[in-house]
Amino acid sequence: MSGLGMYGSAFPSPVPILAMAGGDGVSVAHYLVVGAILFTAGIVCMAVKRNALGVLMGIELVLNGANVNFVAFASPYLRGQGAVALGIDGQVIALFVILLAAAEAAVALAITLNFYNNHATVDVDRADNLKG
Amino acid sequence: MADFLINSVGLPPWLAWTVVAGVAAFLILNVIAGGALVFIWAERKIAARIQDRLGPTRTGGRFGWLQSLADGIKLLAKEDLMPEGADGLLFRLAPYVSFCASFCAFIALPFAFDFVGQRLNVGVFFVVAVLGLEVFGVILAGYASASKWSLFGAMREAAQVVSYEVPLGMCVVVPVMLAGTMDLVTIAEKQAGWATNWYLFHDPFTFVIFWVYVTCAVASVNRAPFDLAEAESELVAGFHTEYSGLRWSFFFMAEYGSMFLVSALAAVLFLGGWNGPVPVAKLLGLSAGTGDTAHYLVRLIGCGNLLLKATLGVLVMMWVRWTLPRLRIDQVMTTCLKYCTPIAAVMFAGAMIWQLFLPGGVVPGVSRPAGEIREGWLEGPGGAAERSVPPAVGGAVAQVRP
Amino acid sequence: MTGCVMLAAVNFHTMLFYLFAILACGFAIGVVLADNVVRMALYLVFSLGATAGLFFLAGAEFIGAMQLMIYVGGTLVLLVFGVMLTAQAPFVSIKTSTGDRVLAGVVAASLLALLLQAALSVDAWRRPGLGEVGPPAATPIGTALVGIRVDDPPGAPAAGVRSGYLLPFEIVSVHLLVVLVGAAYLARAKRRRTARAIEVAASVEPAAEPRLRSTGAGAASALAQGGVR
Repeated sequence: MSGLGMYGSAFPSPVPILAMAGGDGVSVAHYLVVGAILFTAGIVCMAVKRNALGVLMGIELVLNGANVNFVAFASPYLRGQGAVALGIDGQVIALFVILLAAAEAAVALAITLNFYNNHATVDVDRADNLKG
Repeated sequence: MADFLINSVGLPPWLAWTVVAGVAAFLILNVIAGGALVFIWAERKIAARIQDRLGPTRTGGRFGWLQSLADGIKLLAKEDLMPEGADGLLFRLAPYVSFCASFCAFIALPFAFDFVGQRLNVGVFFVVAVLGLEVFGVILAGYASASKWSLFGAMREAAQVVSYEVPLGMCVVVPVMLAGTMDLVTIAEKQAGWATNWYLFHDPFTFVIFWVYVTCAVASVNRAPFDLAEAESELVAGFHTEYSGLRWSFFFMAEYGSMFLVSALAAVLFLGGWNGPVPVAKLLGLSAGTGDTAHYLVRLIGCGNLLLKATLGVLVMMWVRWTLPRLRIDQVMTTCLKYCTPIAAVMFAGAMIWQLFLPGGVVPGVSRPAGEIREGWLEGPGGAAERSVPPAVGGAVAQVRP
Repeated sequence: MTGCVMLAAVNFHTMLFYLFAILACGFAIGVVLADNVVRMALYLVFSLGATAGLFFLAGAEFIGAMQLMIYVGGTLVLLVFGVMLTAQAPFVSIKTSTGDRVLAGVVAASLLALLLQAALSVDAWRRPGLGEVGPPAATPIGTALVGIRVDDPPGAPAAGVRSGYLLPFEIVSVHLLVVLVGAAYLARAKRRRTARAIEVAASVEPAAEPRLRSTGAGAASALAQGGVR
């Protein structure tokens, strides 16, 4: 206790790393920024990748970005002064997103493998059989 | 321990927590590395005895117990080769991915009531989940080696691990259901007392599902007869064909670490955790309340119990490996999908029904009823919802914060 | 004393948050920038793993473990499996044209600007978290999935009877079953009765049978293994 008091008097905050890490506690907005970056990366991935599996990975990133937001809104730990957290509603929805992502990946992978078997490529630009 | 450092030594809290984390990580690392040394020696001796040989006899005295240390030095001195067509980054990364997954799973594994890296509310789930990540190292190694044998091994491993996670998860859920919590510490504590309280002997269904768990655990850590990923009679050495030296030994340590981990998990889930077959501590009058020394003594006995059980599990795995011939890949899949999964499902349903009608266990006078819903969320026999959060729950979660 | 310990905990929380956030975002950008599909898969694994760490930090342990188990351990293994099935030399790296990249960069920058604007616009979201530790969420999630709610959102007055998630749970269960059947149907082995396939089948099957019978092979391999280890 005495030792702590000593340190407490030496530094206004006993944890200098806290200041180094850039400000006070983590807020929901921090998580939202992470979610936004993941989401954008996923969208870009879906748009520019020509490999069908790359497109699939983009979808996973997008879903994951959304999940980060849900969990952030759900968390009582991150709830700021006067705000309301979603509670387990957010967590349950994140859970459903994970489950549906697994289902979606299974079907998409089956489609990709079928495409690969029929066209001997995974380049989505070559899937133009229905083009007029 | 952190409190001790803060109060008595006078370290600032952040440093104290860092020190505590470092010590915990160091201890776990020693369990894996030291365990690997012992187990490699044991495996050689057991293999030799089963094949009517002597095994290592010369290095370090009569029983060759320094053999694995000598092996380690040899591995350190070996040249680290990398195939020309290999994907350098992935090739170098793969062993560490494997090892880290195996290592991380130990975070939530309790060695005794207080001896746990990080007590998690979802401990069982976390351990199984992280253990499943080990497969990535294998897959990466197989791909990055630019060798068809490695790739075949990796493909087999991926298929096998994903398939065996299903029955493994079902087996793990049964003790979770009986205990009413996913917290490994609580699950083990609920089996305190005589050996009849172990979930292995809880009812016939748990007895059967324990053996299903053993099968799935052996398969999920890639040991014979399920070691298709490194089947040396067909694939040279499977996914680690191209590895040598230190990187190869990382794969090896990951394998022994995972073996130890699934054995320890079996001990916690089915074999009473750190509670011995006879409640020695209780008979001697040592309980948590009798003072610090007794407290730690009880914990140490418990820790020894758990280590003993886990080691026994590993030795059984070795015995199995040197006794049974390897299965073919289709037989591995058949074992999983046609036998393990349906048996696990039926046993799960059976254990559930048993729990519903005979909650007292096999020997009603001796066993304690288990399975009330924990954490005070639901109370009353009808499951009437009642909002009551005891303060203890908040305290338990507070530990989760790093 | 307790206050100081909590402060230290918050500090570690912040540090770990930045660590995981940087890992998650960095590897997500790595997925976008990488051309090699196997590396993309690896970066995706790391990104999602770091996100699971973020979930743990936000107090959603169950979701974090779920993410590790289902997403990283199941879905991504499946994805990597697909990558390996199709990873033949010409398809491992399919380059994106520079024009596409530039266009995507512009679109991404504007989208990101929009999202960040939205994320930072609400004042309540920007207030630092109070660090209130909720009860463990696994049990209420489980009971909510079978239709019983035992919780109320933190910070709100008790809202009385709230609906559970029994119907969505059932829908998802049926959905998963449908997906299982559908994926198995889509990915089934096509029985093409070409002359070549019949020939291959005829040559493979009898050869596999004797190896199953011979128990000597197992013992021999075990002996060989004894020499190795």
